[in-house]
Amino acid sequence: MGITEDRMREQQPLHDGLFSWPDAQPELLGSQCNHCGEHAFPAQTSCRSCTGTDTQIVKMGRTGTLWTWTIQSFMPKAPYHTDETPESFQPYGVGYVELENGLRVESRLRENTPEQLTIGMPMQLEIIPVRVDENGIERVTFSFRAQEAN
Amino acid sequence: MDVAIVGVGLHPFGRSPALSGLEQGANAARAAMADAGVDFKAMQFAFGGSQDGGNADSLVNLLGLTGLQFTNIWNGCATGGSSLNAAYSAIKSGQYDVGLVVGFDKHPRGAFNPQPKDWGLDDWYGETGLMLTTQFFAMKIQRYMHDHGISNDTLIRVAEKAFRNGSITPTAWRQAALSWEEIANAPMVSEPLSKYMFCSPAEGGCALVVCRADMAHKFGGKPVILNTAVVRSRHYGSFEVFSPAQAPEMAQSPTVTASSAAFELAGIGPEDVGVAQLQDTEVGAEIMHMAENGFCAHGDQEQWLADGVTEITGRLPVNTDGGCLANGEPVGASGLRQVYEICLQLRGEAGARQVPNAPKVGYTHVYGAPGISGVNILSI
Repeated sequence: MGITEDRMREQQPLHDGLFSWPDAQPELLGSQCNHCGEHAFPAQTSCRSCTGTDTQIVKMGRTGTLWTWTIQSFMPKAPYHTDETPESFQPYGVGYVELENGLRVESRLRENTPEQLTIGMPMQLEIIPVRVDENGIERVTFSFRAQEAN
Repeated sequence: MDVAIVGVGLHPFGRSPALSGLEQGANAARAAMADAGVDFKAMQFAFGGSQDGGNADSLVNLLGLTGLQFTNIWNGCATGGSSLNAAYSAIKSGQYDVGLVVGFDKHPRGAFNPQPKDWGLDDWYGETGLMLTTQFFAMKIQRYMHDHGISNDTLIRVAEKAFRNGSITPTAWRQAALSWEEIANAPMVSEPLSKYMFCSPAEGGCALVVCRADMAHKFGGKPVILNTAVVRSRHYGSFEVFSPAQAPEMAQSPTVTASSAAFELAGIGPEDVGVAQLQDTEVGAEIMHMAENGFCAHGDQEQWLADGVTEITGRLPVNTDGGCLANGEPVGASGLRQVYEICLQLRGEAGARQVPNAPKVGYTHVYGAPGISGVNILSI
């Protein structure tokens, strides 16, 4: 996958509700339990921690630190569904990123070699293309990458 | 009322292109009944499970339409553990005297490809490439190595042991021992785990005949007592496969709760166990499960593996038949294979891989998606 420079196509989230969209500075969206305060991702209407059913959608920021990681070195079988072919497939990183609220979210990572990835490194959210759907619309999802130096 | 295992049977794991999953299950069931010296007409109940091999209760078409109660069990990798747990309860309650536990499978080649909807997840999770068990195990051991000082050498040692044990186990799928170099230089699958550090989906069947312990003398096989059969699911905050997010505060894995409950029920401790089978769908799992099951402290595995503590000749032999790494994983049968191996070890019938000095207590542990664990304690 990787970031496209093609801004001509209309972009739509592959799945609604995972991140704020459209948004110049997209943030992950999750839920917070109004009873015990625990966060969940993706957002859910019930709480896994206290079993309550009163939750609200909250923004969860766009930065975090890398808690663990691996590299997906071969192209997964279905249900994996991108525009890639076995020939064009590029390994991708996968990790859990610890957000400011403490929740650790599983995500694709732009970095895809062991040399680029270290537990504890600062990460930032980015939106990446997944595939062009049957209507010619580019579907996008969230990913993390190493935080750019200020 | 104690519960005894009086017959064990295996249809060897690996590939059996000419046989359906059900036929492999029937072979295992017949072998277990032959071992116990009984026939299918004597079975009052059966619990069975399979992921890809068909409905377990269809086995009656092959074994005979005797009218017994036959219940299908499906619990991911813990299917065998859950079937045995159900059989344990059926006998313990006094409902039945003798019955059959059977598991079998026949998976397509290659990695499993679970569907998000089956696990309460939406399609994006699979479509964007996050729904691979291999990734989870790689990320769990990656963090564990960071937190507890486990080196890559220890990962290699676990794989080396598995294939060495497999090479002296006639029923194992992988019959060739692998050198340190072959393992260390194999292609990377999911950092830090390379090719020989993962088990593969496979085919095979396994079955047990269980009965009231006070009736065990009526059967042919040497009885093994099933002291406890415990299954537990995950707690809020444990780090599990197929989790788009984890809670800030970590909780114990279901293995820890299943293990401590099993030890408490059996009235013994980890130090009493003479031979163990721990879920080793990849090398990191065996390492983490050594500590999660209470056999060592987190981090001790580095020294234990270097000292050969878990070798057949060591203080706590682990996965004496090569485990999932050397046998492959037909999901429905895999947990029962662990019990099969422990029964052979306790009966002193494990041949070239027999643990010396006649172990008296054995232990089995499975772990599966999405966070379930089954532990059995057995003795002779």
